[in-house]
Amino acid sequence: MTTVDSGRTESAMTPKAPVEQINLIIDGFEVTVPKGTLVIRAAEQLGIQIPRFCDHPLLAPVGACRQCLVDIEINGRAFPKPQASCTIPVENGMIVKTQLTSEVAQKAQEGVMELLLVNHPLDCPVCDKGGECPLQNQAMSTGQSESRFEGTKRTFEKPVNISSQVLLDRERCILCARCTRFSEEIAGDAFIALNERGALQQVGIYEKDPFESYFSGNTVQICPVGALTGSAYRFRSRPFDLVSTPSVCEHCASGCSLRTDVRRNKTLRRLAGDDSNVNEEWNCDKGRWAFQYTMAKDRIANPLIRENGQLREASWPEALAAAAAGLKGKRTGVLVGGRSTVEDAYGYAKFARVALNTNDIDFRSRPHSQEETDFLAAHVVGSKVNYQDIDTADHVVLVGFEPEEESPIIFLRIRKQVTRRSLEVTAITPYQSRGFKKLNANAVLTAPGQEAAALNGLSLTNKSMIISGERLAESAGGLSAVVQLANKSGAKIAWVPRRAGERGAIEVGAIGNLLPGGRPVSDATARVDLAAAWGVDSLPAEIGKSADQILVAANAGQLEALVIGGVDPFDMQQPSVNALEKTFIVSLEMRPSAITEFADVIFPIAAVTEKSGSFMSWAGTSRSFEKAAPDADHRSDAYVLSILSDAMGTPINLTGSKAAAKEIAAVGSWDGARATFTATQSKNLHEGVILATWRHLLDNGSLQANEPNLAGTARKNLARVSAKLANELGVKNGDLVTVSTDRGSLALPIEVSEILDGVIWLPRNGVGAESLRILGALNGDGVKVRKGI
Amino acid sequence: MSDLAKKQDLSAVEYTDISIGNENAKPFLTQLKGFWVTFAMMFRKVNTVQYPEVKEPTAARFHGRHQLNRHPDGLEKCIGCELCAWACPADAILVEGGHNTDELRYSPGERFGAVYQINYLRCIFCGLCIEACPTRALTMTNEYELADDDRAKLIFEKSDLLAPLQPGMIEAPHPYYPGTDDQDYYHGKVKSSHPSQQNNGQVK
Repeated sequence: MTTVDSGRTESAMTPKAPVEQINLIIDGFEVTVPKGTLVIRAAEQLGIQIPRFCDHPLLAPVGACRQCLVDIEINGRAFPKPQASCTIPVENGMIVKTQLTSEVAQKAQEGVMELLLVNHPLDCPVCDKGGECPLQNQAMSTGQSESRFEGTKRTFEKPVNISSQVLLDRERCILCARCTRFSEEIAGDAFIALNERGALQQVGIYEKDPFESYFSGNTVQICPVGALTGSAYRFRSRPFDLVSTPSVCEHCASGCSLRTDVRRNKTLRRLAGDDSNVNEEWNCDKGRWAFQYTMAKDRIANPLIRENGQLREASWPEALAAAAAGLKGKRTGVLVGGRSTVEDAYGYAKFARVALNTNDIDFRSRPHSQEETDFLAAHVVGSKVNYQDIDTADHVVLVGFEPEEESPIIFLRIRKQVTRRSLEVTAITPYQSRGFKKLNANAVLTAPGQEAAALNGLSLTNKSMIISGERLAESAGGLSAVVQLANKSGAKIAWVPRRAGERGAIEVGAIGNLLPGGRPVSDATARVDLAAAWGVDSLPAEIGKSADQILVAANAGQLEALVIGGVDPFDMQQPSVNALEKTFIVSLEMRPSAITEFADVIFPIAAVTEKSGSFMSWAGTSRSFEKAAPDADHRSDAYVLSILSDAMGTPINLTGSKAAAKEIAAVGSWDGARATFTATQSKNLHEGVILATWRHLLDNGSLQANEPNLAGTARKNLARVSAKLANELGVKNGDLVTVSTDRGSLALPIEVSEILDGVIWLPRNGVGAESLRILGALNGDGVKVRKGI
Repeated sequence: MSDLAKKQDLSAVEYTDISIGNENAKPFLTQLKGFWVTFAMMFRKVNTVQYPEVKEPTAARFHGRHQLNRHPDGLEKCIGCELCAWACPADAILVEGGHNTDELRYSPGERFGAVYQINYLRCIFCGLCIEACPTRALTMTNEYELADDDRAKLIFEKSDLLAPLQPGMIEAPHPYYPGTDDQDYYHGKVKSSHPSQQNNGQVK
């Protein structure tokens, strides 16, 4: 790894001892930069651009393309030949002459460009990079205007699919090795490499290992020519067609900054944005390539109401009247789902309290527990950690959390510190996944449900960090042990939900025990404070039910209606279809979902590209974004709820995301006492084989609909067992086993893995292997396993 | 008063030379000369053309309606690169690229123009698109009759712009001429179509 920090990554690092400053002269201008800065970077500070291809500020210098040659002289002694400025650190007394002042450097650069162009095809008209191509641009700025090449260009068959979503045109490659270096240094997925030598040198994949990396899209983005292109964007448009809007990723709680490129209201691609405090310049393939759902043909366009058992389209006033009539005066629960923006979640929270006069609201459309509810109120709401805490930590503990699958940018951040300074990582997990291996994690193999005991066995310092995932809620006592360990050692607690909207939903009170701004429902002054801010007489005082309890209550007839926004009830443990059939359901949805067949009124809502708003990342940082598709006519959840509340005669007055954001800021956060947290005891192990399960990054999620190329790189659905258990079952790799519970059974091929004996690991929501939906079993539950189908 | 202000001061301009009075009336003979010019014209050859019954050919390089050309076997030359749209100063052209496959081949190579529109309400017939086209797919005809009673009709689609099939051409999509590839098309080796290319290569 490089020892050099470029200016932009330096800010993300810990304050260190002052770095020695170096003076040098570039093109006659004096510049002072920290020791270790590369010449090419020092020139940038003066605004002098030296052409380059292989150089990337976040990758180690390699000097592969030789395009950045400059003339260098140190203390009167000149290098005999031009040097690659991307590999040479500055020195005192250095005099650098770039192409601007040195004919030698200019001639060298033109020569390199000419050689690069010898084998680069002139197929710019059919190349996706045309118009935004560093080679095109730099051939214009530093190349010769006439070609002297008269031979036949090298050609290869094209394009080669190096994965279902990345295409390689080998003849366009200029061998800068950015893609292979990224894969090896940053992602740790060394699936691509430079094969052959000389003119035939090319990027290749191993025959047995396809390029199945979750970060492969970054290689497309950093390719300085059109050698790597994305299948989904191939031939779709030109840069001048696109209107780019800075945006934020809605797929997980990492909070990546993105750039959304829209052509005539259609999102055509998304690129990683540049934010050194969050995602640096990277993102994962889900964030990059899963956006077709926003343009799906089955998007709900108009409100629907149920009439004689059939849904039919209705006008807005008619649908609003029907929904208002169904909800008014009824005991209603609200299920928000983890996909809402902060503003929309606030809309639901306010709607529940003001229009429905209840605290029965929950954003958790996933397995959860009372322990988690209390933990969120006591330790998560209002808390702030950040990515820099990972940079400075002396030890990171991952519990109930597989970062590569569940929050890939946290994974990259940890991995950066692991490769750079051997950060100690401990993973409390039943299964040593590839992600953990890439983090060089010390895996404490722990049966699901026994995390508390493993946590108790750790000793940390106050510079350590405990990162717990949302799955820890499934392990009774797990979160209690996290709190205990943090109290004992002073380590920081980070709680990482999987969905983008969850962290913000807590903050704005889309949960039964909290009001917006972290005000505890149980605190009378907090209720009065908020009632005054909202201009209502009083707010409901009874602590609200959790999502599971809401469904149970609906089943028991205690709740007569439900307002459901973007929730798939089958993401929860024991959804009762019965509950959905009995109650009056108002659904706010983009596309038909599992709720649609039960809903009585459905309102169409905007996708993230069609509204402004913000998500709150796992770190508690607000990540706001603007509307990317300018002419979209869908409205945000907050607006729909607001007009619905008007129709009910109890207005919540949110005219849109902007108004909601303003109101959230005005309402502010609670500075009174936080809720207290009482520890929960962990349970004993179940008999038989224990289930361990989590979601793959790419799976059957509804936001990944209509993305065949993306789905092609999803992990295979495999059941993982230890060698011992495989022996006992009499199976070997590839054999089918059937996993069953009272609810259902699922047959999957087996793979012997580094996993605790007596535990079987299943993907939670793989396509065709939706274990939660089919088996209804959570982490730590006992399952039956047998050979064959 | 500055020089500029003086220049703009209209009160300083004298308008006497365009006065309508009769002081400058021409002598009788001068008037007669004028009438003679008019009279003499009556015996000259008439330049007026009885358009639309009679149509005169335009200059050879007149910039008229565009045309999307074809290769000699009927495959389209357009590769959907959008360079014409990029060059267009009036933003009159819209192109969307598409993938050729072995089953549906519209042009030689990987890419073809799936959507091609020229908006003749915006086009200024400057011809920059023609210069930009890397495959000579887009050229201009001499056709100038571009008027209609509906704005929508003046947005020409690819089907309106494609050159008519010449003898020996087969409507795309269809496979390559047997034994050739995209390079052969660009090197002019394909001279005509082959019976096997009919019906998109399917035997009837």
